[in-house]
Amino acid sequence: MSTDLGIPTLRSGTDGVPTLPEGETQNRKEFTSDQEVRWCPGCGDYAILAAVQGFLPDLGLRRENIVFVSGIGCSSRFPYYLDTYGMHSIHGRAPAIATGLATSRGDLSVWVVTGDGDALSIGGNHLIHAMRRNVNMTILLFNNKIYGLTKGQYSPTSDVGAITKSTPLGSVDHPFNPVSLALGAEASFVARTMDSDRKHLTETLRAAAEHRGTSLVEIYQNCPIFNDGAFQLLKDRDEATARILHLVDGEPVRAGSGDATRVVVRDDEGRLQVVPEADADPGRLVRHRVADPDPSQAFALSRLDDPAFAQVPMGIFRNAPRPTYDDGVRAQVSAAVDDAGGRAAHADLTALLHGKDTWTVA
Amino acid sequence: MSSKSVERLGRVVIRFAGDSGDGMQLTGDRFTAETASLGNDLSTLPNFPAEIRAPQGTLPGVSSFQVQFADHDVLTPGDAPDVLVAMNPAALRANLGDLPRGATVIVNTDEFTKRNLGKVGYTANPLDDDSLDSWQVHAVPLTSITVEALDTFDLTRKDKERAKNMFALGLLSWMYNRPTAGTEAFLKTKFATKPEILAANVAALHAGHAYGETTESFAVSYDISPAPMAAGTYRNITGNLALAYGFVAASYRSGLPLVLGSYPITPASDVLHTLSTLKRFGVTTIQAEDEIAGVGAALGAAYGGALGLTTTSGPGLALKSETIGLAVSLELPLVIVDVQRGGPSTGLPTKTEQADLLQAMFGRNGESPVAVIAPSSPTDCFDAALEAVRIATTYRTPVILLSDGYLANGSEPWQVPDVDALPDLTVELATEPNDVDDEGNPVFHPYLHDETTLARPWAVPGTPGLEHRVGGIEKADITGNISYDPGNHDHMVRLRQRKIDTIAQSLPDLEVDDPSGEARVLVLGWGSTYGPIKAATRLVRGTGAKVAQAHLRHLNPFPANLGDVLRSYDRVVVPEMNLGQLALLLRAKYLVDVRSHTAVRGLPFATTELADVIDQHLKELA
Repeated sequence: MSTDLGIPTLRSGTDGVPTLPEGETQNRKEFTSDQEVRWCPGCGDYAILAAVQGFLPDLGLRRENIVFVSGIGCSSRFPYYLDTYGMHSIHGRAPAIATGLATSRGDLSVWVVTGDGDALSIGGNHLIHAMRRNVNMTILLFNNKIYGLTKGQYSPTSDVGAITKSTPLGSVDHPFNPVSLALGAEASFVARTMDSDRKHLTETLRAAAEHRGTSLVEIYQNCPIFNDGAFQLLKDRDEATARILHLVDGEPVRAGSGDATRVVVRDDEGRLQVVPEADADPGRLVRHRVADPDPSQAFALSRLDDPAFAQVPMGIFRNAPRPTYDDGVRAQVSAAVDDAGGRAAHADLTALLHGKDTWTVA
Repeated sequence: MSSKSVERLGRVVIRFAGDSGDGMQLTGDRFTAETASLGNDLSTLPNFPAEIRAPQGTLPGVSSFQVQFADHDVLTPGDAPDVLVAMNPAALRANLGDLPRGATVIVNTDEFTKRNLGKVGYTANPLDDDSLDSWQVHAVPLTSITVEALDTFDLTRKDKERAKNMFALGLLSWMYNRPTAGTEAFLKTKFATKPEILAANVAALHAGHAYGETTESFAVSYDISPAPMAAGTYRNITGNLALAYGFVAASYRSGLPLVLGSYPITPASDVLHTLSTLKRFGVTTIQAEDEIAGVGAALGAAYGGALGLTTTSGPGLALKSETIGLAVSLELPLVIVDVQRGGPSTGLPTKTEQADLLQAMFGRNGESPVAVIAPSSPTDCFDAALEAVRIATTYRTPVILLSDGYLANGSEPWQVPDVDALPDLTVELATEPNDVDDEGNPVFHPYLHDETTLARPWAVPGTPGLEHRVGGIEKADITGNISYDPGNHDHMVRLRQRKIDTIAQSLPDLEVDDPSGEARVLVLGWGSTYGPIKAATRLVRGTGAKVAQAHLRHLNPFPANLGDVLRSYDRVVVPEMNLGQLALLLRAKYLVDVRSHTAVRGLPFATTELADVIDQHLKELA
């Protein structure tokens, strides 16, 4: 049996969150807590923290209505360094805790900070279900392809063959592609960005915050201690230009410049391939459709990933709004309250407790 | 009116037994409702298999519903049925062993076919030989009479046969002079969209009633007068329903919205079902992806200022343990309901047990104390829910409420309370700084504890100026900042323990029922054993012996006078549906040589069993 839920119209991700009074602004300093940051020197987390502290004031939201929830791992120390509300929870469970918070409090801007181990190993179940439900929250997944806080074991995103503390002969474990996973779970917003690209990171976070529903942002993040240089190729300007496939809505998907430009085309079998632009049949060019309700093409783009970074799609894979779980839950509760004539009073509770079958003893 | 004679009885135990698909739970529920409306006191025990539809006609598929009702105070569903309604050979075979000689058996002869008899190992039809001579057997072709009575209905034979439970209900309603109007009203709602089925069920109900009245084999009907009860309005209620209502009432009395995060699990799911229908009371229910997410959502909601609740059974409690530990560290209110069932592992999902006490006490890493309470009867579940919320919100701590399968599904009359008489659970959330820094500026310190309750301030997101971070890493007292300082950890571990211990100051002393004041034996219980223990002490006292009885609502912390109570008796007997978990705690804490009596059969204790145990101890001391 199913029924028309009458879910409210789609809005911005921050609708319902109190904003600053007209003309008032906040700055980065106000979002910085008094706690000493304790990541290793050179950790990619510093850049992400700086970007978030710099970008949050721009949202114009009241600081007390922003909550960061994290799990366990290096990245999960993040909430301590932001002067918002925050909870450093337990391994893998941040999306579950954030689901309860976001569902019961529509006036909060809820953020989850997690890593590849936290989100994709121990917390895999909560992650996919948060995305399936489309709870209004933004999930920042710091992917450094290694377990850092436990000192260097391979993670669910480590490449096959990775030599780590727990795989001295090389990992035989097949990794997850976080973007593919998110798209498979029908996440309504999926993006990938990089710790060192401040501008792209900030733009991506802004779009993620603006999106109503679960936004999953994979952030390539360097661990200088246990997996240093994992994304080095992408940090070299020329290499990055040649390898990064830019996802721009409505545009062909391109990497490189000048004569070396490559584009994504669809072959006879329907598969996506990256070919030199000069050789590409214009009729086979793949144009990125970020809001396509069908996630198939976005998924196919995510499969262009290559362990050696022959090409790496970057940007927003999907931004296709659909009704959110928390809006639906709140709508049902408020409709029930409204239909019954407002907030429950003494008489309502009395009637509930009595039920339909009572008898009286004099 | 019937011209047959009417006999007056003080109490009766009836067990309806049939195949899982025969509608025995519904029949029992309806008979119970009819009985409740007559003002009898009563207690019920549904007993059904975990399989939704086990193979038809087999022993594992037998489902039963027992009700004891009386003209006096009833404490248990009764040890042994006076009347067994057996809808097939499996139901007869599975239940005959519980039937005292001379009891009445009503069997549906239509189902006593060679094939059905063979399914349960009968080589001969027990209705045809002398094997049932010790009982008063009424052999009634229930199915065929029902079908015959519905002859004119435009229904399939199968649909007509389905109404046989209503025929049986009608017959029993005649036998015990129960009114059927309530059941008719119930059927009208249930089959509102199926008028033909509705009419057939009502007709079958009437036919059963008329059958009793006119058939010679039923010579006598019985009357059971109303039980004396305190003046007031009553209803019948199961433990799970009382729990759900208790939490809604607690939400109303605290002014906090109730948020349930839960994953379906027998026998706790009915609380989720009920609360999902109560959105009108501002209740949010989140059916999570697993047990861990259920408690996670509840904790997230609690962080946001809601009344966070999660409901589960033993296996689910095991999965929630890490999150409960986080709640201990966060010092946030959280209520965890464990409707206990037989364990370990999947165990006996539909049967009752009390073997999660030590899990509730200690089933987490580190020193992780939580408050633990247990209701003692189905109606007491309502009060226990309010008490769990009181402790959780006053002391900012997780509270585990240990119900069990017997309380969950069992029912009894409940005097509906006056909402105004319920405890005031108003909670004060933090709204402004609670301390000053070195320079005298106002600051907010999230781990500055209240001197009396040792609770920390509950500052919820959205409160300006109180932004702070919490987490599972050890916190420095007062500031709540991360601290690995050895002295601070030792201090915080003791502080969290002291906070739980402090709850005892708000608890009433344990009351002992010792009418003579001269008893040497104390029977102490907790949870759902209250009814059988109380009934057993009555039986024993009826023989002139002296025995004291007390029952624990609070398992952690214990009431402050418990040690004195234990030490004031020559012998303390603790009956439990586990292998002696409370006894272990009592021995460890009070160094008293308590005597355990244990059984883990998935069923409540029988009154006579406990009376024998008490007798034995009395003899040993004599």
